[in-house]
This record gives sequence, C-alpha cells and structure tokens, in this order.
Amino acid sequence: MHAESEIRIPLILGNKTYRQITDDIIAPIEGKAARGWYTLITICSLCFLWGICSLAYTIGVGIGAWGSNNGVDWAWDITNFVWWIGIGHAGTLISAVLLLFRQKWRMAINRSAEAMTIFAVLCAAIFVLLHTGRPWLDYMLFPLPNQFGSLWPNFNSPLLWDVFAVSTYATVSIVFWYIGLIPDFGMIRDRVIKPWQKKFYGLLSFGWGGSARHWSRFEEVSLVLAGLSTPLVFSVHSIVSFDFATSIVPGWHTTIFPPYFVSGAVFSGFAMVLTLMLVVRKIYKLEAYITVKHVEYMNIVIIVTGSIVGVAYLTELFVAWYSGVEWEQYAFLNRATGPLAWSYWCMMACNVFSPQLFWFKKLRTNITYTFVISIVINIGMWFERFVIIVPTLCRTYLPSTWNTYTPSFIDIGIFVGTIGMFGTLFLLFSRYFPVIAQAEMKTILKVSGEAQKKAAVHAHH
Amino acid sequence: MSMSKKYWRGLPELHNSTEFQAQSKNEFAEPLPIDEFLNSNEAETSGTSRRDFLKVMGFSTAAVALAACETPVTRSIPYVVKPEEVTPGVANFYATTFYDGHDYAAILVKTREGRPIKIEGNDFEGISFNHGNARVQASVLGLYDGARLRAPKVKGQDATWKTADETVTKALAAGGNVRILTSTIISPSTKAVIADFTAKYPNTKVVTYDAISYNALTKANQNVFGKAVVSSYDFSQAKVIVGIACDFLGNWIAGEEFSKQYAKNRKVSKTNPEMSQHFHFESNMSLTGANADYRYMVKPSELGKVTAALYNAVASATGNTSVSVNTKIENEEAEKAIKKVAQKLLAQKGQSLVVSGLNDESVQTLINGINKMLDNYGKTVDVENHLNFKQSDDKAFADLVSEMAAGQVSVLLTYNTNPVYTAPASLKFAEAYKKVKTKVSFAQVLDETAALADVVVPDHHYLESWNDANPKRGLYTLQQPTINPIFAQPRNEGTRQFQDSLLKWADVKSDYLTYLQNQWNTKVLPLQTTTTDFPTFWAQSLHDGAVVVNETAAASTAPASIDYNIAASKATSIKGGGLELFVYEKVGLGNGNYSNNPWLQELPDPISKVTWDNYITMSPIDVKKLGLREMLRQDIDGSIVDLTVNGITIQVPVYPQPGQAPGSVGLALGYGRTAETLKVANGVGVNAFQFLGLINDTIQPIATNVSIAGTKQKHRFAATQIQHTIMGREEFLLREVSLKEFKENDKTYWNPPVELTVHGGGKKHVDEIDLWAAHPRPGHKWGMSIDMNLCFGCGACVVACTAENNVAVVGKEEVSKTRDMHWLRIDRYYSSDVTKEYQETTSGLLDTRQMYLDMENPSANPQVTFQPMMCQHCNHAPCENVCPVMATSHSSEGLNMMTYNRCIGTRYCANNCPFKVRRFNWFNYNGNEKFADINPAQQELGRMVLNPDVVVRSRGVIEKCSMCVQRIQAGKLDAKKSGQPLKDGAIKTACQSACPTDAIIFGDLNDSESVITKERNDDRSYFLLEDIGVKPTISYKVKVRNQDEQIIFHNKSAHKTEAHEEKHS
Repeated sequence: MHAESEIRIPLILGNKTYRQITDDIIAPIEGKAARGWYTLITICSLCFLWGICSLAYTIGVGIGAWGSNNGVDWAWDITNFVWWIGIGHAGTLISAVLLLFRQKWRMAINRSAEAMTIFAVLCAAIFVLLHTGRPWLDYMLFPLPNQFGSLWPNFNSPLLWDVFAVSTYATVSIVFWYIGLIPDFGMIRDRVIKPWQKKFYGLLSFGWGGSARHWSRFEEVSLVLAGLSTPLVFSVHSIVSFDFATSIVPGWHTTIFPPYFVSGAVFSGFAMVLTLMLVVRKIYKLEAYITVKHVEYMNIVIIVTGSIVGVAYLTELFVAWYSGVEWEQYAFLNRATGPLAWSYWCMMACNVFSPQLFWFKKLRTNITYTFVISIVINIGMWFERFVIIVPTLCRTYLPSTWNTYTPSFIDIGIFVGTIGMFGTLFLLFSRYFPVIAQAEMKTILKVSGEAQKKAAVHAHH
Repeated sequence: MSMSKKYWRGLPELHNSTEFQAQSKNEFAEPLPIDEFLNSNEAETSGTSRRDFLKVMGFSTAAVALAACETPVTRSIPYVVKPEEVTPGVANFYATTFYDGHDYAAILVKTREGRPIKIEGNDFEGISFNHGNARVQASVLGLYDGARLRAPKVKGQDATWKTADETVTKALAAGGNVRILTSTIISPSTKAVIADFTAKYPNTKVVTYDAISYNALTKANQNVFGKAVVSSYDFSQAKVIVGIACDFLGNWIAGEEFSKQYAKNRKVSKTNPEMSQHFHFESNMSLTGANADYRYMVKPSELGKVTAALYNAVASATGNTSVSVNTKIENEEAEKAIKKVAQKLLAQKGQSLVVSGLNDESVQTLINGINKMLDNYGKTVDVENHLNFKQSDDKAFADLVSEMAAGQVSVLLTYNTNPVYTAPASLKFAEAYKKVKTKVSFAQVLDETAALADVVVPDHHYLESWNDANPKRGLYTLQQPTINPIFAQPRNEGTRQFQDSLLKWADVKSDYLTYLQNQWNTKVLPLQTTTTDFPTFWAQSLHDGAVVVNETAAASTAPASIDYNIAASKATSIKGGGLELFVYEKVGLGNGNYSNNPWLQELPDPISKVTWDNYITMSPIDVKKLGLREMLRQDIDGSIVDLTVNGITIQVPVYPQPGQAPGSVGLALGYGRTAETLKVANGVGVNAFQFLGLINDTIQPIATNVSIAGTKQKHRFAATQIQHTIMGREEFLLREVSLKEFKENDKTYWNPPVELTVHGGGKKHVDEIDLWAAHPRPGHKWGMSIDMNLCFGCGACVVACTAENNVAVVGKEEVSKTRDMHWLRIDRYYSSDVTKEYQETTSGLLDTRQMYLDMENPSANPQVTFQPMMCQHCNHAPCENVCPVMATSHSSEGLNMMTYNRCIGTRYCANNCPFKVRRFNWFNYNGNEKFADINPAQQELGRMVLNPDVVVRSRGVIEKCSMCVQRIQAGKLDAKKSGQPLKDGAIKTACQSACPTDAIIFGDLNDSESVITKERNDDRSYFLLEDIGVKPTISYKVKVRNQDEQIIFHNKSAHKTEAHEEKHS
C-alpha cells in the first residue's frame, strides 16, 4: 500500500469502514429493489421485446424490411454496430489502461464499465451477425474446416478482420470482467442466507477462499489480462475503421480513420459510463463511492477525446480540400451541405461544441449537466457513424446512382431493441452482481477514504 | 492361342479340387440357417404379438401417408418418345414474325425443352425490321400471362367452343350489318380469310383502326402521289435529318429499324469523321429529340407553323411558290433556326430527310412537299417501295361509331384492338358499343372491350399461331408456332386462332395452316425464282422465316398539281391555348397492348427514368409558375393536379421535365387500364387515350383546351435515377466532343489520357501505377465496348437482359426505394447551364457549394447523353477483395463472377462498387407474397419463361451482370464440338444482340483480329473512372455531337496547357 497526499480529494466519502463498504455494495442484492428499478426494467424489456419482434420479422422476410437500398447498402445496421462497439471501449480502457497507469479512481467504475462493455459488444454482435442477407450462413465467416474443397474465408477482407477483432475482444472482455468478479462473488456467497443464493454465488465464485495465494494469483491474472486488453482497446476500433478506410468509397478512403475511430470510441464510451453511473449512483445511493470527483475525472477524459475527435473532423475537411481530388472534395461538401447536412451539423454540435463546455469547472462538476451532456454525446456519436455511412453512400462516383435513404419502422425497432436489451442486462447485472468492485475499493480505503484522510491530517497536526 | 491363357479367381479354382467343385454348386459358401430359423419358437415367445405388429404397421402406414401429404409432388415426366429435334439442355431457334397491329419484327425464338424463352433478331440476309424493340423483347412473357383467357366466354360466362360458335354463327346468319374492327392487318393470307368471310356474309365491312393513328401519312401520300400508303424511309442515306415531333428512334412506325439506319451515319472515327446532322422540333422531350444534335422546343399548336415556315424557306431557295400563312411562333430561337435548318437541308439535296410525327393531313402534305422539293423521293424516302403498316382510317372509324350508336350494326368483331380503352373520349365509343346487338371480341385477355363483349373467342398468342406478313413491298415473312397452344389441354376449352374462327364461321373447310400454305403456293411462290417446288419452298421459307422477292409496284397516279396553300392554312389553323397537351407513347408500353407485362412496366422511361407510372411532363419553368412541387432532385414527392382536357378532369401527378416546351404538357398513353383481370396493369397511371382528339378527320394527340389546378396531394415516383446531371465529372465519366473539335484536334485534346502526378515530379499514366502485376489471361480475355454515339437509349437491351438472366421484377414500391434489380441500366444525363469553368470565377466554399447546387439543375432545354451501365468487370475489382467469404472472384478470362451459394449478403461489395451495379435480393422475390402478382417467377405459368441456364437467385444474395457467362460457355462448347477455334462474333451477349445499332460490342481481347480489339484501339475509346485504378473491362467511346459550337466536353487539362502556352508566348 502506497501513501497518498492528504490534500488529494478523497475517493471514498464519509466515514466508511470495510464492513460498511460491504453493506453498501451488497445492499441491492440482499434488499428489495427500488421502485425506479422496476420502472426502468419494464421500459427496457418492452423495448427489448420490440427489438426481438423486429429482428424476427427481419429474419422472416429478409432485410428488405429495413430502409437500406441498392446504393446505401449499409445504413442503420452498421451505424448501430460501430456505435455499440465504440461504447464498449470505455470499459476496457478503464479496466486495462487505467489499471496499468495505476489510476485508483477507476476502481469505483471499472466493474460497471466492464459490464457495459460486454453488453455493448453483445448488442454490436447482433448487428454484425444479422445484417447479412443470409444470417444462417454466417458460419462461413469463420475459418472452419470444411468440405467445399477446403474453401477459406477471404483474409484480404476487412470484414473478416472485424470478425476476429470483435470475437477476440468479446472473449477477453468477458474473461477479464469475470476474473474481477470472483472475490466479490466470494464475499456475497459468505453473506447471503438463502440456500439457492448460496449455491448460486458459490458456483460463481469458483471456490474463492480469500487466501494470500488466491489474492496473489488474482492480481497476477488481472495484470496479465490488462496487458492483453490494452492493445485491444486500439486494435478493435482501428479494425472496425478499416471496413471504411480500405474501401474506395470517397469519404471512407482516409488514413485518419483508425486514430479518429479509437478516440471517438473512448469518447462515446465514457459518455455512456457517465450515463449509467449517474443512474446507478442515484438508485443504489452510492454517492460515497462514485463521487463528484469521479465524474469530473471522466469529464476531463471526455474533453480530451472530444477535442481529438473535433480535430479529426476538421482534418478530414482540410485533407479533402488539400488533396485536390474531385471525389473526396465533393464527398465532404455533400456531408456538410448536402441533403443530409442536418445529420452532419447534429454530429458537430453534439460532439465538438457541447463537450467544450466542460472546460468550466462548475459545469463539469454539475451532476445534472453532466448527465444531459453524456446523453447528447451518445446521440452525437451515433450521428457520427450515420454521417460516415449514409450521406457518403448516397452520393458516390456516378451521379446517376445518387439516391437517398429513409429508415423503416423495423430499423428503429431493432435499434431501440438493442438499447432495451442493453438496459435490461445492465439492470439485471446491477441487481444481482456487485456494481462496484468492493474488494478493490477496500484496498484504497486506507489511503483515499475521507475519514481516514481526515484522521491523517489530524494526526499531523 | 486364345486358349493358352487361363484366368482364375482364387487358388481353389486354380487347383479345382473336389471340395471346390462341390462348393461351387452352392450359391452361398456356408449353409444358411434356414431350418434353424423356421424351427425356432422365438416368434411365439417374443413380446411382439400379431396385434402389436398390426398396430405398428398401421401407425407407420398412417405416418407415412401423413408425411407424404405435406411434401408436394413435383412430377417430372421424361419423354416416352423423344422429339427428334429436342435435346434437353440445348436450345432450338425458330424463325417467326412478331406483329400485333402496332409493332412488327422478324425474329428468332429461342426455345428450351419446347418452351419459348427469348426473342432474338432474325439475321436473314436482305431482311429488315429484324430487331425487336423492348416490347417485342418482352412479348415472350405475354405468352405466359396468367390473365390470358383459357376458354371462350359467352355473356361473361366460360363456354365451350361449340356454344360460342353457335352463338356467333346465329348472329351472323340473322343478317344485318357485320363489321370487323381491326388494327392494320399486314398478312395477305389473313386478308384472304376475311375476303372469304365477307363472301359468306356480304354485309361485312372491315374498318381499320389503329389506336395510334398514322392516317395523316396515308392521306397525304394519297394527296400527293395518289397512293394511300406509308412511305418507306432510309435514314442511312440522309446527311441532314429534320424531325418535327417525330419519335423515329422510338415509336414512330418502326423505331428500331430507323435507329439501325440512323446509326449508320452516326458512327464516326478519325478515318471517317463525317456524320449526319439532326435537327429536331418538338414539345415533349422524346427519345429522338434527346439524340438530336440541335433540339428546339415548340408548343404543339405551333408545330404546323414550323412545318409551313420550313416549307417556305425551302421553297424560296428552290424557286417554288411559298405558302402565305403566318408562321410566327413563340420560341424565337426555334423560329430563327428554321432558316439555318433549311440551308443545311438544301446543301444536301437528295441526301436529306424531313419527317413529322404529327397526325395531321395538311402537315404531312407539306412535309411531302418539302421532301419533294429536296429531291428526297426515291433516295431517303420511297413511296413506291412503301410500307404496309399503319393503314388506320380514322374517318371510317368515326363513321362506324356513329353507325353503331344509331344501332345499325348487328355484329361487331373486334380483332387486335381495344377501342373501349383506346378510342378518344369525344367519340363515346363505349356507349355506341353497347348498342351493337352481338359483340364479338378476339382478345387474348379480358380487356376493356372484351369485358363488354357478348362473345369472347380468345385468339392464340402469336407464338402459338400460324400466319404470314408482308410488312414492306417485296418482303414476306412467316409466323410459326413455337409451342403447342398452352391452353389446349383436356381441362380447358383453350384458345383458337382468329383466322381459324373466321374460316369456321365462313364454312371454309380448311384449317388455317393449310389455307396459309395454299396462299403461299399460289401467291408467293410465283414471285420468286429460286425454286418451283412448293414443299421445298415452304420448308426453306419456314426455316428462314422470310422471303425477299421482286414485286412490281403499281404506278402512282399523282395529281397534276397540289395547292399547298390550303394545306398550309389548315396546318397553321390549330388555335393555341394557354396550356397545350401533347399525348405521347412511351418507349416501354407504347399503345398499351402490353401494359400487363411487368418487364415493360419496370423498364424505366429512357428520358424521365420513371417506372410503373405515367404523369404530366411539364417544363420546370411552368412547374415553378404554378407553384407545384418542383422536386428537382426527384427524391421528393411530386404534386398531384387536376388536369382538365376538353371538359374531362382527372387527377394526375406532375413530373418536372427539362426540355418540355413551356406552355405545353405531355402525358403518356398505355396506362390507366381498368380491366380487372390485368393484375399488373390495373390501377397503374391514368388513361391518356381519352384526350386524343379527332381534328381534321384524323385522330391527333393534341389538345389545346387544357387547364391544370394544383391539389394538396402528393405522389411518390418510382424512378431509377434521381440525379440528372453529371456534376462536372465529364472528364472521368462522360466524354463528349463536338464534331468540329473532333475533326480539328487529335485524341489528346478530346480524349486525353488519365495521368496522375507521381512522387518526385512528373506524371504517369494510371496504367503504369500499379501495386500488383497483372494476372495472366492465357486463353480468352473478354472485353466489351459501348459506343455512346450509337446508344439512343431505347431500352431493348434492358428487357433482353431481364429475359436472359431471369432478373426479378420488384414493383413500384421497391423501385421507389432504389431497389430495382436490373443488371443493365441506361444512365441518362442532362446538361446543366453551370459547368466547372464557372469555378474559375468563384472563390470560397460558399460559392463552390452554390456551384454544385446549380449544377444539379438541368438546362431548360438540355442536351442528353445515354450511358448503358452494367458490371464493368474491373480487373482490379474493389468488390472482390472486400468480400469476407470470397463469393465474388475473377475468372481467368477476365470476368468478375458471383458465387451465389457462397454469398452471405454482407453487401460490402455493393458499397465498394464505384459503378453501383450490384443488386441485392432484399426479399425472396420468388416466394414473397408481396411480389406474387408482378413477379413472373412466382406464377405457375409465368415461370415457364425463366432461362434454365441461369440460376434464379434467392433472398439475401448479391447479383449483377455476368456478361452472359452462360452464353460464353455455350459458345465455347459449340466451338469445341466443331473442333474450330472460337470465331469472333460467335458469342453475343443478350444486350448486344438486342441492340439494333451495334452500340455494344463484345469479344475476345486476346484475338488481335477481333472487332472488340479494333474498338478498343479506336481513338474514341476510354474507360470510366480510370483515375481510381479499378481497370474496367468495359470501355466506352466518346460521344460526338454534330455541332459547330466550341467545347462540349470540358477538358480541364487541355485548358491549362493552352493557358500555359499563352503565358510562355
């Protein structure tokens, strides 16, 4: 345990003991759920149901049920896919990169952020698997041994890289998340009384004993997984961006895409973490653990990544002009001033202008304002992907092929459905799994707890 | 010697021991335990009793029976005695004739296992009219139209032929006036049948009525030459062509034939840099106007004045008397142009041609006068070797209607005509029709007229019929069945040929085939000299499909002098209105004979690119003036207006049509069908036939008493192209040059190589910049060249491609969502007033933006370019490397191929295709109920039209042009079988063979002698989007317009070099 300056703002507020931390975090599991929880899960599962129906209809009749057309062959499907994958990024960044950088404030949010990652990747997987015309043949995407004269997938295709990137990402994220949960499951197992609960958490905890050997192995594995995940933070969205960057569509064919996509992903991920944590904090009364300071830290990440994204947008415009390429120039002119320009300016307003207000300390420490902005950013980042995909495809090389796009009822249903699924899963998670990594939290109580800091200051005097 | 070897199957056999001998007598080496089995008591002691056994048996029988119920049994019955000429998998071709009273074509019909599936041109030597238009191409689908009648109908009820015959003969025998109302008949034998019928029933009179009348042509020729015929034309001899509202490349008389002739003078090269010059005056933007070198917009009522003015201009220069009429018209530019046009015509006396599509006797008389003054008769226009089409007599038709209204007609037979639908409203045909005692219709479907008829005696489809045709003096063609009459099955009463019906009623004891043979024996055989043996002659004629003979023309009895003044004053007498309507024929539907054909409904109009609809075409200026929805991008809904013509009001959408003469509107015929059984056509568009007017005794497509009132309603158009201009991308996509520039400059000026700046300075041709070495193409290397000078946009290729490749029909709603499935489309670009040169005077982003916005708007009278677009079979295909499952790949012969089985439908390839030619199966078009009525592949009957050589694609896969790979394979196999190397031209793609002008050339680029190699090396040849390095296999040829103006193709690099040189000097 290393020492920390007393004047640093504490990360755990109030006079908390280890026992209290345990009590606070297990409360939602042991106690009855708040009415808000029931309201939210009803709404979410209804949305989820709508999504399931929409998906079933799509699988039934074909993706003609969507608004896509010959020309705009990808639309909401891939927009949503990239959006969800992007959201997932914050979880990995928080748990892996911040772990390596020893940012202790991550401990309050990493559990939820990782859960969010997994659920977001699940949502993304729905689009990646079901956007195909014949989803029952999706297995052909994998290099499985086969009898077609040994026919392999096309390793040149960025879409195939996507398959590998996303599946690796999903696997590592789930393992990382689960490993982190083991000590907490052990704690819950020891607390709960009902036999089925004991059995359930007992199974989940993998026989956690809390011995020194267990702890040492736990930390080693965490570190190894953090090391494994860190490159994934950059690789996954880089590869997703290759879907566009390696094509010859004007407006897609740009080298800036990988860094631009990664920072955009972190940007949107943090916004989503904020949205979720502010709700969790309120419903489960975890204000002592997820403090205003935490919110401020996250807002700072948002300013940084948001500014990177803003610069990327401007760079794109500059490069288009500087290239002197007719196609490129028109593609960007069309994005900014064409028939779908409203989506471009929506993206600009949400992603570039709104986070800049976080330069004001008053605003970035204001919970309500932060909540609003976090949602605005999520909307903006959805539009970013929409702008990249739809207006670009509407107007490519041959003017005769220029067309437009209107989403269908089913498109909306599937998108809202994934939000519903995400919400439902997250609410279930928050009810039955510890939303804060209490074991980790306890490791910083002595150095970052408010009461402990006060005591230390007092002792100095 | 043969006994010296011994074969044995094992050592025991070799040694042939006694043991072996004994054993070899037994069938089984070891004794079978039969006795043991029979003697055992196990059966009795086992748990399975007899009852159980029966139970199990009963259950399994029932289960099997139930399971069998669910699986449909598809019967596939092999031939008991295989017809000699039919080999499964090998196509047979039969020469026959298409004629439906409107279009004519000498064709070959491709049949597979006895089913006609495709129409091709008949390339018999000396034949003309051998390229069918889109309708002819699509006619094969009509054979399998589910709406076709399967039995005669008497008083609306299905009846037997016996009842029908009795009903009709009774009515005929009752005396009273019998009238046969028919479209133009060009079959000499049919005419003979009718003569026999008339002999039996002397009160019979034949009235010829074409829905779209050309009566003015015959009348004018009667006036000037004493022959009531339609002249034949030869556009290939004309150096200067003037068209006045005459769509001769589209629907006028024989558009495809005229296109073929016209194209001969449009094929320019550096060695032969001459081409015809074409001036066009019209109200609607027609296909022909779109291809003219100079086009002038004139209101319908003023077209007569243009003719008179041209007459005067030519007359004064040739020393003839002018006509004294007022020829002042609204469009001053057009008025001024007439002088210039006259000079051009005079400079090419005898090698020019003036044609008019107006059905006005006086206008056509003037046109005859102009052509006479220009010495064109016998050269570009020929009244001696006349055509036999279009014999409509509008006056006789009007008289018939009044006769009917007066109740003086007791039997009316309608053949090949649907007057209830097509007659002008002013004639009130339907009312008069009801007063006829016995109405007999020969319609194949229950059309508007047949629905009101007392007796419907359905005719065969032309592919089931015997007939002949004499389209032009000296040309006889035969029509033979290519399939047994489809409905002549035991269950159905079936159909019967029109001629057979007449023969039966006339008590002629002969079937029509024998009758036809007799006719040919007595009439056609003597005309030719090759053979005197009729069976030989008949067999040969049937094989060839045509006979070309020498016929002496009847001497013309020209009147001594014609007073053109009367004609001129009549021609200019039509009073103009504030708004005038010019009703026109679409290239797809024509007169509406085939409006129930989904292929034609889905064929985009070549000008507006709208499918499944007719609409008012209105000048964008007028649209703005009337405050209607301008819809310049056409992705926004259009307005619906109340159109009132001569007191009749209908609701119809408005389409802003650049090139439409201000003050005029157009409306297409062939839509607005109301017959209930026509599931495809019913409810599509409005009927414009009602607005035709009987003016000066001819049915004219002009109405001047027109008003339009806007409504709040909106209309969604289903267009396949919603951006109309090229947006300053000519250099990469659409190279054009004026003939003047073409002659004066060399290739680098008007077809410059595409060069890119490379690192370290300097420029390199894109071909030299490559990441990969080219793949070897050792055998064939297929290539295609498309000449934009020869493509007039007629769309025959699009339908041919649909038929050949089983392209799905998706319907209006899906087309409006840009989900049309055509593998081949024809992009149509309008010119815009704003070009990139404008940019030199602009500065800043906002100006640039404004420039692009302005570029989206076509000129008021734009120049039009057609560009057929299909898979370019790129050698660096961007679709291939992005497919994650390798469902699209390149063949060693240079084709980009689709593996449907492997395609999972990520659509990444479609996104990455710069030409956007890939088509995705959004639904299961062959099974989804939504498409049941329109997609032939879903109908029991309709699916017979499918080409068995091409897979019908399932839902969720991408498809696109395969360059007719099935034809390539078939051609290669034929060559292999014959042991000869593949001949250039032996393989023709469907689009190529459908093209009357040879705008599309396909062949082997590895063959240095092939036509394609020569085309590829032509100066005009270029590739689209060469700068992005996809290396297409299809090349295009620069369009040359016969204009004197500077720069059409904006050549930036040429400009810059000039500017550079100026600075230096």
